[in-house]
Amino acid sequence: MATSRKKQAQARARKKKVRTPGLWSLSDRIGVFLAWAAGLSLCVIAAVITLFMAWKGLSYLNLDVVTQSPEASLEQDKTGGFLDPIIGTVILTVMGAAIATPIGIGTAVWLTEYGRPAPLARFVEAGVEIIVGAPSIVLAIFGLLVFQQGFMAPFSFTAAGGEVFGRSFFAAGAVMSLIALPFVVGGTREALNSIPKHVREASYALGKDKASTIRRVLMPSARSGIATGATLGMARIAGDTAVVVVLLGASLQLAPEGGLPVIDVLKGTGSTLTSYVFQNSPAGEGNAPEKAYAAAFVLLMIVVGLNLAVNWIAKRGQHKWV
Amino acid sequence: MGVIDEEKASDNGYVPPLRQIQVGGTTEPISVAERIQEPDPLLQQEEVPYFDDTQPEWFEQIMRTESLSISFGDKKAVKEVSLPVNAGEVLALIGPSGCGKTTLLRSLNKLVDLTPTAKREGRILLDGTDTDLYDDTYLRRRVGMLFQQPNPFPMSIFDNIAYGLRERGSKRPRKKELEPLVVDSLKRAGLWSEVKDILNQPALALSGGQQQRLCIARSLAVMPEVLLLDEPCSALDPISTSIIEETIVELKDEIAIVIVTHNLQQAERVADRVAFMYLGDLVEYGVAEQVFNAPQAERTKDYVRGDFG
Repeated sequence: MATSRKKQAQARARKKKVRTPGLWSLSDRIGVFLAWAAGLSLCVIAAVITLFMAWKGLSYLNLDVVTQSPEASLEQDKTGGFLDPIIGTVILTVMGAAIATPIGIGTAVWLTEYGRPAPLARFVEAGVEIIVGAPSIVLAIFGLLVFQQGFMAPFSFTAAGGEVFGRSFFAAGAVMSLIALPFVVGGTREALNSIPKHVREASYALGKDKASTIRRVLMPSARSGIATGATLGMARIAGDTAVVVVLLGASLQLAPEGGLPVIDVLKGTGSTLTSYVFQNSPAGEGNAPEKAYAAAFVLLMIVVGLNLAVNWIAKRGQHKWV
Repeated sequence: MGVIDEEKASDNGYVPPLRQIQVGGTTEPISVAERIQEPDPLLQQEEVPYFDDTQPEWFEQIMRTESLSISFGDKKAVKEVSLPVNAGEVLALIGPSGCGKTTLLRSLNKLVDLTPTAKREGRILLDGTDTDLYDDTYLRRRVGMLFQQPNPFPMSIFDNIAYGLRERGSKRPRKKELEPLVVDSLKRAGLWSEVKDILNQPALALSGGQQQRLCIARSLAVMPEVLLLDEPCSALDPISTSIIEETIVELKDEIAIVIVTHNLQQAERVADRVAFMYLGDLVEYGVAEQVFNAPQAERTKDYVRGDFG
């Protein structure tokens, strides 16, 4: 019986014509050409943006603009530099990442290593997806709503009459952390999922419980994935404009609030490179396009630098299990 | 927990299989595809005593399973297996892929229990005590395990060995206190001479064979009484394999070893006793020479001759 089935299969195989490999058909060749063209044009666009920004930016960039505070003036020569926006970008980026990293790691560990009850895990996953998809202006408006509440006064710029503006580095940093959070969660989850099951079991087989396994084995293994996620999140924070405009205000210089050192800066308003470029671009009110180009170039360099860091971390931190 | 029939259980812990086996079946030659569909004719032979009662009982039984069955959902992976593990010996579990030998091995330190769908019946005894009475972490300290793939943790060689010794919580022992134990474990695993100068290097930089011996040392550091090996050499080259085998033979005086292997030559080289499993059943158990040279069950004969695998 089995042999007859085998013969039938052989007969079927003989009937089927084997296509000889030859020249590609015309439609295939057009398809390949279009794919090449699409790829190459992307390269050209990226190169044009970078070169244009470098040319414009470098021609206006000098030591003065990065060491002087911005001044409001109608003449471009007297508008100073953009030291404060650089500091603002650094503060926001570090703050956002500092808040997002522990929360993101916790979420990822829970989702990957526990994930129970399953409906709750799916709910959390959906929540992270929504944050990824939400436009940052939506997050910003929501943040404003929260930080304008009276009890948020300690974290916000306030008027003399007691009105809470809901604008400060605290407020912007908190919402920025939401923008970085999905990247930390994603990077950590990916790293945890890439650790083979038998590595966890090896730790259990030594009489270790889940908590020590996560802390002493999984966390060190996932370190580079976490760093990658956090760095990607930082790049996103550095490049975001909407949250800054809504939650950090439009003051050009850092405007400390209250008397405490460091805290006063975080409680006050300020600007970042993105809001500075927005204000001073030909489309904005500041009317200092040369400074805007220089600031935009600096911003581009920061973001490209962060992305290079991601590649470097990912390459360096790979653990290879057989 | 399985209930043992007091009358049936003999002194050495052997419980006869409860499943009745029918004699008979087709004699006509059938294709492999059809044979898989039907119950295996060779399994339907007369019952073969798989526990060797003729052996003197001078050995010490460190572990044993009693009518142990393990199922994943509807699938029974291990069926009513009663198997002793003797101190000072190497026990090899052999059998074709999917016969339940790895599941049986992983049940001995309750790693199987980590699979949510796994269900266990029957008892596993360690030193005469039901392992269900022990905390999992305590059991796993007494019954160590080595995996198919070398899996050192991403930390230094020293920290890999010290990992199992460091208790979680308040007082963490200092490096100096741990050093003698770490050195001793590395010596017992035969790795000391190769790594004594690079203890602070990352363990993942070692070669595959060295990594596997590091994993042996890591298991030995917590002073287990039984060591379970799950195809420990399948990812290694022949030279590393022979070094690991030497280590296994050296270790058996101090620690009972259970090894799962696909490699019959390896089982012959290292094992004192052999258990042959097929489709979840323990078909034959006995002294290694006997199982390899004079197997009693037809199924075992076919397997050790290499008729199927």
